[in-house]
Amino acid sequence: MGDVTHSMTLDASEQGFATTRVDALLGWARKYSLFCYPFVTACCGMEFMALSSPRFDVARFGAEAPRFSPRQADLLWVVGTISQRQGPVLKRIYEQMMAPKWVFAFGTCASSGGFYDNYTTVPGIDKIIPVDVYIPGCPPRPEAVLDGLMLLQDKIARNERRPGVVKPRFDPAHSADDLVHLRRSAADPRDLLPAIKEEEAKAERIANGGTS
Amino acid sequence: MSQAVLEKLKERFGTAVLETHASFGDETAVIEPSQWKSVCTFLREDPALDFDMPVDLCAVDYPTRTPRLEVVMHLYSVPLGHRIRLKARVGDEDANGAELDSVTSIWPGMNWLERETWDMSGVRFRGHPDLRRILMYPEFEGHPLQRTYPADRTQPLVAYRTEDEAGMPLNKLAPFGADEGMPFGRNQSRRREES
Repeated sequence: MGDVTHSMTLDASEQGFATTRVDALLGWARKYSLFCYPFVTACCGMEFMALSSPRFDVARFGAEAPRFSPRQADLLWVVGTISQRQGPVLKRIYEQMMAPKWVFAFGTCASSGGFYDNYTTVPGIDKIIPVDVYIPGCPPRPEAVLDGLMLLQDKIARNERRPGVVKPRFDPAHSADDLVHLRRSAADPRDLLPAIKEEEAKAERIANGGTS
Repeated sequence: MSQAVLEKLKERFGTAVLETHASFGDETAVIEPSQWKSVCTFLREDPALDFDMPVDLCAVDYPTRTPRLEVVMHLYSVPLGHRIRLKARVGDEDANGAELDSVTSIWPGMNWLERETWDMSGVRFRGHPDLRRILMYPEFEGHPLQRTYPADRTQPLVAYRTEDEAGMPLNKLAPFGADEGMPFGRNQSRRREES
């Protein structure tokens, strides 16, 4: 519970008093007991299963209890593509949840419609219901979802309702030096991989009677 | 490869078989639309043909042709192991008046396929017991697989939130770009609006 001090002021005296703000205490309590309603419609659901299973173990964050009634849930996971036909269902489920309630847009389709830019798909669930955390990815890695969950917990503790986006941990476009570039010359393609040439030279030396 | 099925069809229906085509055992016959149901009945009931399995039914839109829509049906005979593809060309240059006889009385399995063809491409099937939309919702206007349907036209069932309602701008947040999705469909309809 290292981050308790961040969210509230605990001032324990020898007599056993602690003072804090009520909303900070409530936020601290809420963020570790999220009851989830999984609204799983598409392939991202497989990654949601991975997230719920022991390897990634969403239970560590107190968000493992699924509730299949929206009235008992306070975190709506929208996992997958939402078609126009599902729009009214999603909206009704959101309206049936008790406040305070939070919404995850899990994956690119839920966040923006993804590549389904056509007659059948809602271009992002934020066109229908408010979203607290967007988790991009097709599907997102479970680590990204855990990042999103921690972001949500932070938002709950601060009573912050502006939406947040999970940032990629590593974006290859920001460090172009690490990327492979197309070679347009007709030179030996093995120049691209000096390690292979080194290995070949080594093998040749051994074959010619050298030591290494 | 054999063209036995096509030969039998031509022998029985003569000029109602408009075109035939066969390559590598893949036999295709283009049928006069008015003869659609009698051809299907013949294919189902003739013991030497015995097409008992309706594999697929769909329609293809050729915007430059008249009739514009081409309904394509694939049939397979489980006991005899042969296939045929039937086509019928229907609809005027705006794909209006595209009608065919329903073949649900011959193959009950064609029921949902005919509903899908109606929903997606706008071909009406006369005598279908329940010709409703099957994939799209009843409020939907138009037929999305016709080439004239704009690629980015959506018909939301729930009114989208306004920026006032949300209390914040609703444009896409980073890292999502405004053009997330299929830019080509968008550009086409934008060009159409400008012209």
